Amino acid sequence: MNKKTNWPVTTLLIVGTLLILIPLYLTITIAFKTPQEMAGNLLALPKSWSFDNFTQAIEMTNFFSALGNTVFVTVFVVIFTVLTNSLVAYAIARNMHKKAYKFLFYYFVSAMFIPFPIIMLPIVKQTAAWGMDNLVGLIILYVVFNLSFNTFIYVGYIRSIPKELEEAAVIDGASTWGVFWRVIFPLLAPMNATVAIITCLGAWNDFMLPLVMLSDRDMATLPLVQYIFQSQFSTDYNLAFASYLMALAPMIIVYIFAQKWIISGVMKGSIK
Amino acid sequence: MKKKNSVYMLIAIPAFILFFIFHTYPTLQGIFYSFTDWKGYGDWSFVGIKNYLNVFKDERALDAYGFTFKFAIISTILVNIFSLLVAMGLNGKIKFQKTLRAIYFLPYILSILIVGFIFNFIFTHFLPGIGESLGIEFLSKNILGDPKLAWLGIVLVAVWQSVAFNTILYLAGLVTISEDIYEAASIDGAGVWTKFWKITFPLIAPFFTINMVLAMKGFLMVFDQIVALTGGGPGKSTESISLLIYRGGFEGGEFAYQSANAVIYFIVIVVISIIQLKFLEKREVEN
Repeated sequence: MNKKTNWPVTTLLIVGTLLILIPLYLTITIAFKTPQEMAGNLLALPKSWSFDNFTQAIEMTNFFSALGNTVFVTVFVVIFTVLTNSLVAYAIARNMHKKAYKFLFYYFVSAMFIPFPIIMLPIVKQTAAWGMDNLVGLIILYVVFNLSFNTFIYVGYIRSIPKELEEAAVIDGASTWGVFWRVIFPLLAPMNATVAIITCLGAWNDFMLPLVMLSDRDMATLPLVQYIFQSQFSTDYNLAFASYLMALAPMIIVYIFAQKWIISGVMKGSIK
Repeated sequence: MKKKNSVYMLIAIPAFILFFIFHTYPTLQGIFYSFTDWKGYGDWSFVGIKNYLNVFKDERALDAYGFTFKFAIISTILVNIFSLLVAMGLNGKIKFQKTLRAIYFLPYILSILIVGFIFNFIFTHFLPGIGESLGIEFLSKNILGDPKLAWLGIVLVAVWQSVAFNTILYLAGLVTISEDIYEAASIDGAGVWTKFWKITFPLIAPFFTINMVLAMKGFLMVFDQIVALTGGGPGKSTESISLLIYRGGFEGGEFAYQSANAVIYFIVIVVISIIQLKFLEKREVEN
């Protein structure tokens, strides 16, 4: 067995990380610099690490309100998506031999190919007319739209779970409902993790749906706040970068602690 | 048995109704409006296929299609080359494997919009600064301000961001290949190049297919990057189809007209995805 470390490849990969780390390094250092320091070497470290840019950016973007909105939307979207989408996929997966359920499967999955712009204009009219142009409306839309992709990956996984497991539970007197929550849902844990990660990133970073749907500025999510901020104060880079950094930081912190889990979660989702 | 069925129906029917109300119904409405002259408010009347004909005569729309295709094709190719290379590197016998993986996958979790804003600064200030101090003329100017080059900046940011996700998919494929096959090939005298084309590439063919289709579909819908980097400019040189539909529909009072554009856009995406799938799956079988 050849177990020797491949140093040329290791070196190339390390050099390659600069392409990812330099933009992040710039983001962090510029966020701490003063406008005067921007005239010098951009790669230099700030002379003093001051938090003034951050306090000012927090005030100007109403940061905590945006953070709260984003957390609220993301948490509920993840919870409802995992609970409902897995249930729907279960109902479909166990009845695929029936025409109606087979139709439902292809109906959801084929909707993946409908680009958002085609429903963008009507959905805005519709949600505004029904008083859904708010965060709750946003949550409902994400959960429903997620059905397309999640049905696809959950159904594939559920069909690989042997039916005997459920039959045993049924003999013990469990209802379909009980079988799902006590037997199937726990078995779906790896898939639930994958769906939760992908859903979380999708809801946290989405810009287009909040942009077209939310009219009230108090409801703005983090990406939307950056957009409004950028178009109004584009000249003060230090302030802008402090604001970007604060918007990116929560996910980066989560990633640092959970990266192993996140990477394997996404990989699992892709193998199916 | 009957009771069991009713539980399934109780789950499936509301899901169907909700999906119909919030996805299919708006889609049908979009298609319906595309045959009218509705501005998004006020009265409207049917105009038949006039909107569709006008899209094909509209230079702004044709330019948007041209830009979007150019961008999507080049980005798809670049992303697949780079992510396959990175994935193979990360799958090799390297030091710091976990740390390197963590860094290469990092862009996947970042908001495209904010990454775009950061790169906007890099293109306008950082790179020209380096270019000037090193005396490289090409770097000294802001490429986002040049109508002929701005698209390159968008390709760069899009590729920077998506390599992470596609690398994860390729890596998922690569870890399924057993080390023994390579060793057997080495004993038979196969070089690096032969091993790649005869073993690696055929074995990850399904991952290549899915990466190509997903990347292409994603890039055809490009929106966030453009809003953050150029806003469609300079002039209209980097206006994508999504951005045109958004702008025309919400700001330009072209609700019906842009609905027709959206329907055409939908057909284009479906046709391209099907062609890609057919073509690439045929390749998979031949291998």
